[in-house]
Amino acid sequence: MSTAAPNTRFAHPAARGACPFAPPPAYQQAQQQEPISRVSLWDGAPSWLVTRHEDVKAVLSDARFSSDSSRSGFPFISAGARQLNAGQPTFIRMDDPEHARLRRMLTGEFMIKKVEAMRPEVQRIADDLLDRMTTGRTGADLVHEFALPLPSLVICLLLGVPYQEHDFFQECSRILLRRDASPEEVDTARERLSDYLIQLTEAKRAEPDDGILSRLIARGELSTEEIGLMGRLLLVAGHETTANMTALSVLALLRNPDQLDHLRRHPESVPGAVEELLRYLTIVHSGLTRVATEDVEVGGVRIRAGEGVICMINTANRDAGEFPDGDELDLTRDARRHLAFGFGVHQCLGQPLARLELQIALDAILRRLPGLRLDVPFEDVRFRGEMLIYGVHELPIAW
Amino acid sequence: MFVHIDQDKCCGAGHCVLAAPEVFDQRDEDGIVVLLDARPSAELHQAVQDAAAVCPAAAIRLELA
Repeated sequence: MSTAAPNTRFAHPAARGACPFAPPPAYQQAQQQEPISRVSLWDGAPSWLVTRHEDVKAVLSDARFSSDSSRSGFPFISAGARQLNAGQPTFIRMDDPEHARLRRMLTGEFMIKKVEAMRPEVQRIADDLLDRMTTGRTGADLVHEFALPLPSLVICLLLGVPYQEHDFFQECSRILLRRDASPEEVDTARERLSDYLIQLTEAKRAEPDDGILSRLIARGELSTEEIGLMGRLLLVAGHETTANMTALSVLALLRNPDQLDHLRRHPESVPGAVEELLRYLTIVHSGLTRVATEDVEVGGVRIRAGEGVICMINTANRDAGEFPDGDELDLTRDARRHLAFGFGVHQCLGQPLARLELQIALDAILRRLPGLRLDVPFEDVRFRGEMLIYGVHELPIAW
Repeated sequence: MFVHIDQDKCCGAGHCVLAAPEVFDQRDEDGIVVLLDARPSAELHQAVQDAAAVCPAAAIRLELA
């Protein structure tokens, strides 16, 4: 971590404090004292850091803040993150109208009724994984035996990617999402994963199936390479996020036994509980990055064209103005205004699928593991502070 | 209450369908918002207001009569 440059408040990303579920204290202090403040990044570059719910929404819904990481001044969280955005961009690093044109090729795949129709299949996958995990045993690592394989299996099924290759693509994803990966490591992992999906897309041209890759081919609007890169984006985004939310949610519930008890007594409240867990945990903990294309005033602060902006959705989701007692996990709260999936036209495309997976996963774990408990001292749990997506590396549980 | 939608702005996140399925749907081909009821009855007003509040693309506009 670099030291803060002159005239900046602190270096981003800042270190976490005593509570591993809470955002770093430096961000929460900034929210109180100087909600839009200057920070310095790993390469010494300055950036704006936006911490309040209202201001984060304002930035993310304003087209004058660009997602195009090839623009001068775009802020990168790490050397690896900069390298991840090198090469051909996917639509998450484009602005409208090009972004909308490409995103709309996929919005139909993740619409509510289509995702809802997958419920029995996702339920079956969750039940199978728990059958395998629990048969003849009293403990397991929830991350590797359930939380990660569940969304991996689902996104593979959706895309038409063979799940047998999971060691390969999960390893590539892990490197891409490490804040401390070197640019060379990121480059290699990105290219290996891109090549794999481009080759897979090529194979689907000859032998189509009913997955998303084949449907994108059938549209006839994109090149094999464009489809492969879109597939790479969906594959990485589709399993790391839900996997970490699942395991971290279970840990948060174990640390808040009254909330766990409430959920066991009211299984019908799982959908609302998932929203509150998304708010409370906000695993996209490094922030969402934009660059101003013209001078814009946000929350009384003038942001100049060419300046980088990092939107801290984790502090926004605990903003007392929006969520009173936001540092408390309260499963009875209406948390639907949380920004865990972002905001604006780039808001997570796969969020209906993430919600479905999280609802099924939590419900299945609570139902099947009535004696659920942590199998190591809480202090020994390894948190993913060094990853772009927060969570735990392992979660040893017993039942 | 009058409900207006802007299909050009819509990014297909689906919040409106979750909040007020009686009033909003998504087009089968691309998941873009479809208005089922432009003048929802009073008991749906809170749900429609919730839908407009969480829409990430500001694609829902309400005219409160």
